[in-house]
Amino acid sequence: MRIRNLVGVIFVCVLSAGAGIAATLDDVQARGKLNCGVNTGLVGFAAPDSNGEWAGFDVAVCRAVAAAVLMDASAVEFLPQTGKTRFTALNSGEVDMLSRNTTWTFSRDVDLKFEFVGVNYYDGQGFMVPRDLGVSSATELDGATVCIQTGTTTELNLADFFRSNTMNYEPVPIETNAEARQQYLAGSCDVYTTDASGLAASRATFENPADHVLLPEIISKEPLGPLVRHGDNVWGDIVRWTLNALISAEELGITSGNINELASGTNNPEINRLLGSEGNLGEMLGLDAEWAKRAISAGGNYGEIFDAHIGESTPIGLARGLNAQWTNGGLLYSPPFR
Amino acid sequence: MPVERSQIAFVREEQLPERSPPVLETGALKWIRENLLNGVTGTLLTLVSLYAIYFVLSSVLPWIINGLWNTNNIRECKDILAGMSGGCFSVLSDRWNQLLFGITYPNDQYWRPSLAFVLLLIALAPVLFSQVPRQLLVFSALYPFIAFWLIWGGTILFSAVALIGFGVAYMVYSRLVARSFAVAIVVGLLAAVVTWWLGGFVSDAFPDFAALEVVASRDMGGFMLNMILGVVCVSLSLPLGILLALGRQSSMPIIKWICVVFIEFIRGVPLITLLFVANVVLAYFLPPGSNFDLILRVIIMITMFAAAYIAEVIRGGLAALPRGQYEAADSVGLDYAQSMRLIILPQALKISIPGIVNVAVGLFKDTTLVSVISMFDLVGMIRGPILASTDWNGVYWELWLFAAVLFFTVCYGISQYSQWLERQLTTDHR
Repeated sequence: MRIRNLVGVIFVCVLSAGAGIAATLDDVQARGKLNCGVNTGLVGFAAPDSNGEWAGFDVAVCRAVAAAVLMDASAVEFLPQTGKTRFTALNSGEVDMLSRNTTWTFSRDVDLKFEFVGVNYYDGQGFMVPRDLGVSSATELDGATVCIQTGTTTELNLADFFRSNTMNYEPVPIETNAEARQQYLAGSCDVYTTDASGLAASRATFENPADHVLLPEIISKEPLGPLVRHGDNVWGDIVRWTLNALISAEELGITSGNINELASGTNNPEINRLLGSEGNLGEMLGLDAEWAKRAISAGGNYGEIFDAHIGESTPIGLARGLNAQWTNGGLLYSPPFR
Repeated sequence: MPVERSQIAFVREEQLPERSPPVLETGALKWIRENLLNGVTGTLLTLVSLYAIYFVLSSVLPWIINGLWNTNNIRECKDILAGMSGGCFSVLSDRWNQLLFGITYPNDQYWRPSLAFVLLLIALAPVLFSQVPRQLLVFSALYPFIAFWLIWGGTILFSAVALIGFGVAYMVYSRLVARSFAVAIVVGLLAAVVTWWLGGFVSDAFPDFAALEVVASRDMGGFMLNMILGVVCVSLSLPLGILLALGRQSSMPIIKWICVVFIEFIRGVPLITLLFVANVVLAYFLPPGSNFDLILRVIIMITMFAAAYIAEVIRGGLAALPRGQYEAADSVGLDYAQSMRLIILPQALKISIPGIVNVAVGLFKDTTLVSVISMFDLVGMIRGPILASTDWNGVYWELWLFAAVLFFTVCYGISQYSQWLERQLTTDHR
């Protein structure tokens, strides 16, 4: 049987060499499962619970897409990817989409031939200091010792930030987040710097989280978002507009609580178009009329997902900050459903 | 003539009763005086050591004794301990099944890998200990097929067909080997392939015959994955390594050069590179949707890696044999296969035991490298899902200690067995 498989594989290899990847939507619907690449484990963003159920902020996007396409938010096969395997997994077709806190950069979008469909979390490099250091702004950090992960863009951002503010610092190079935590708590460095979401997650594990503050300055842009393969625009549109549906739902006040009520028709035409009681947006995507309703019902709107996994009521305690709706001074701005 | 008693001061007429030696020259006190309080330096060193032991125990013991086993997350641990030193071992009880079996192995099927593990011990016994009844070897030969059926599930016919294929191949081989070794091997292989091909129809036709729930390879995880990789790769790489070592010494240039190139190439590449090839690069060459089992790919890579090392270890053993042994084998008229099997390899393998065990222990620990290619072995489980859950983020010591204990147990066991085996096989008079 193994041998037969192997022979078959080689045979198919020869036959299909050069043949492109078929339409992802058809594949997913034929399979009945969405293959979603997620992080192998990132606090609040993707992690399985003790029953093996995946949950988290990035995971919620996968579930919303599965709900829109397959009518079932649990029809997702989560394929955890490390930072090293994620792009090959997407490129080779092993996963249909990647929702794995991946920074949207020029070279990834253009050179690696991916399509970032949007941003579900605006991250950026921040600073954490002990409260009794008495510092309230990163511009007061002249002469500080800084714990910094080597070989990352955070290292370069830090150097740029201190140079442009004509300040000096002493770097303490560290390898992993776990090491940084130990060094910082042992007092080997005054400041720990990495992505703000990571800082918040680390702080949540301290004995006394309240003794440490995150400084308000964010010194780099790390827009994290889901991505799909270049070239399958139908599938890209589905993932993009599912994410936009979650964001718009919050803006329009659609929650998992009132969605059934609103779906029967309202005075707001955009809500009606989004939830399918008016117009034919679903049909244009190649889905049915209630696709967005299911996506939003899966885990709630963007704000609900945020609050459930990384918001201020969770141990991670991230403020909305840049990730607030544009109407509240944030950057979340979904194009209109029209 | 009677001695005049008055001239002799004292004569003892009965033997003195036995007395115990001085207190300081016997038992525990003697040992303490000689070993612990022997001079100023010795006493000082003793005091320093005692302090060191006290220092370690005074911080470790409370940590273990105060340890909590029943909380739901790390915050509860912190609340209950309230600043006291104590381990949060609840992570082990909460995630016990995940640590052993991975995230996605079906909960109600855990008995299958557990049973496979128990059967493994039974199957290994006759292979490792010659005192165990030889009849059990039959079970050892059947074990791989039973274990595959238990762990991966599906119909038992699949395993049965594989087994029958090997059986047919062996029968054909033993019929023909008297005529020609090479013909016997080739025809035997062909017979096996034909059997598998025909048997494939049978097992496809009855997918529900004595079937267990199918578990996909990517659902394997935890320490079970380390054990699967370790056991399979060690047992496959040993015969492959022997063949490579013999091939490298062959006088036939093609065989020799194939072996040399294979060994040197594989040894010259880090294992992690081979794993990336297995996971990432192959994914580009295989057509999308084709599913060449990931565990199988990894097993092939690790086996090749270990076989190259074992081949060099065995070559060392072969080189250590005096030339006379080879000549003696030739002079009694043995052919190549016989002389290797009866004279050379038993001695060479005995010499190579420490080296082979070294490779086996290293290989077992190297199986944790698969966590880098997104497989959730024990280390992958700890690094990824468990430490990343909001409940257990920050519990480092307890988890890594657990992993260290599991790996130490297995590796120490292997090492002790090899030393025992060396003592059993000693024939010289050192």
